Amino acid sequence: MAGERRVRPGRAHPLWLAFVLHRVSGLALALFLPLHFWVLSYALTAPDQLDEFLLFAEQPLVKFAEFGLVFLLAVHAFGGLRLMALEWLPWSAPQKTLAAGAVGAALFLSGTFFLQVI
Amino acid sequence: MPEPLDDLDVSVWRGTASGGAYQSFVVPTMESQTILDVVSWIQQYADPTLTYRFACRVGMCGSCAMMVNGRPRWTCRTHVRKVLQGRKVQIGPLRNLPVIKDLATDMDPFFDKWVAAGGAHRPSATRHEPIPPVDPAQPARVTASAGIECINCAICYAGCDTVTGNSDYLGPAALQRAWTLLNDAKHDGRAAIFDAVSGHGGCHNCHSMGSCTAFCPNDLDPMSAIAGLKRETAKRFWRRGGS
Amino acid sequence: MLDLRLYMLQRITALVMAPLTLGHIAVMIYAVQGGLTAAEILGRTQGSVFWFLFYGSFVIAISVHAAIGLRVILHELAGLKGLALRLVTGAIALALLALGGQALIAVTWPGSGA
Repeated sequence: MAGERRVRPGRAHPLWLAFVLHRVSGLALALFLPLHFWVLSYALTAPDQLDEFLLFAEQPLVKFAEFGLVFLLAVHAFGGLRLMALEWLPWSAPQKTLAAGAVGAALFLSGTFFLQVI
Repeated sequence: MPEPLDDLDVSVWRGTASGGAYQSFVVPTMESQTILDVVSWIQQYADPTLTYRFACRVGMCGSCAMMVNGRPRWTCRTHVRKVLQGRKVQIGPLRNLPVIKDLATDMDPFFDKWVAAGGAHRPSATRHEPIPPVDPAQPARVTASAGIECINCAICYAGCDTVTGNSDYLGPAALQRAWTLLNDAKHDGRAAIFDAVSGHGGCHNCHSMGSCTAFCPNDLDPMSAIAGLKRETAKRFWRRGGS
Repeated sequence: MLDLRLYMLQRITALVMAPLTLGHIAVMIYAVQGGLTAAEILGRTQGSVFWFLFYGSFVIAISVHAAIGLRVILHELAGLKGLALRLVTGAIALALLALGGQALIAVTWPGSGA
């Protein structure tokens, strides 16, 4: 009953989308973390298996997933810096727009660089 | 009489705290018709048992807010033609608040939190002392003045997803009030406000998703007010050596 | 559910991780160039005080940061609260610390493994 009444408000404005992106990327990274730690600890227990895993990581699909992870990490890091700037630096709105633009440009450049490298 | 083709297909929430459903009404279109006009037409011509709340009809009292096509709005200043989807309008009680009946919600949690955030004014002087001059251009006063046009309509509270997920969260209106008083030279008790907004339901639960600022009918900016509280409480945290 | 203390912990660990994350991405780009073997990675990292401190502080910061972040999600979307929420937050932090510590030792401790 309550579920039917509680129509979700139309809220696809930029800050709400930024929040969703930050939450989804953070959750995905947190879920990935134990797996990441587990694979790395093979260096101690079974270095051969780590090599096997790294070979597996050469496949295009896995490469794409890796790119996804780096993207999530970058999005979450820059999203977090944006949030802290918004909270702690008493900037005016135009300055914030400029800052967001600068971060976006930096992300675009670094992403392009990253794709070149891969 | 308007053409039948022009009639509005209005869907209105009917029910109490224990349940209910949307009921359809056909309402004639009129010139400069507001959502409150639509609700009043239904109550006067279709079903006199429809319960809703309003008072001033000019956007001053903050009592007529409802969910209109999924977005919280002040219904007396919302023109039908601005929000119409085809011929359809859906009108429901404010989100995040318990329903009393139909379109009237229980505002107690909203105002209780307003008080819990330290929203009641505590004068710093008595009537027997001279009135201290307040310079309207002084930065702290400019910050305080930015939030004083709040009419407590609870649109920001209904639009906030953090309130939905976290029932202890004080919400945008209460925290903006706290920020206003914190910057008011005539308010006594900054420490009490800091404590009130630093607890479990305080300003630090806000995710800066900005629906409060996007939906505020008076163009206020509760999200930035809450950011101000975060900034000042963080400063205080360092000054007190991490507590 | 997030008081000032948890909020500050979340922001401080974020500030600690901001440069570490950029460094980590740089390391990844460097390592990915030309492919890599376990021996190649570990030859550089094992026995290095710098990499031990770099990834050691990363593991501590991310364990606290992720535990607080998941705490918020568990409260807002799953309705967990009170003692249960505190216990789960603590358990997540400890589990990440243990797993991360294991990985840290495997990768940076002198002469272990490979």
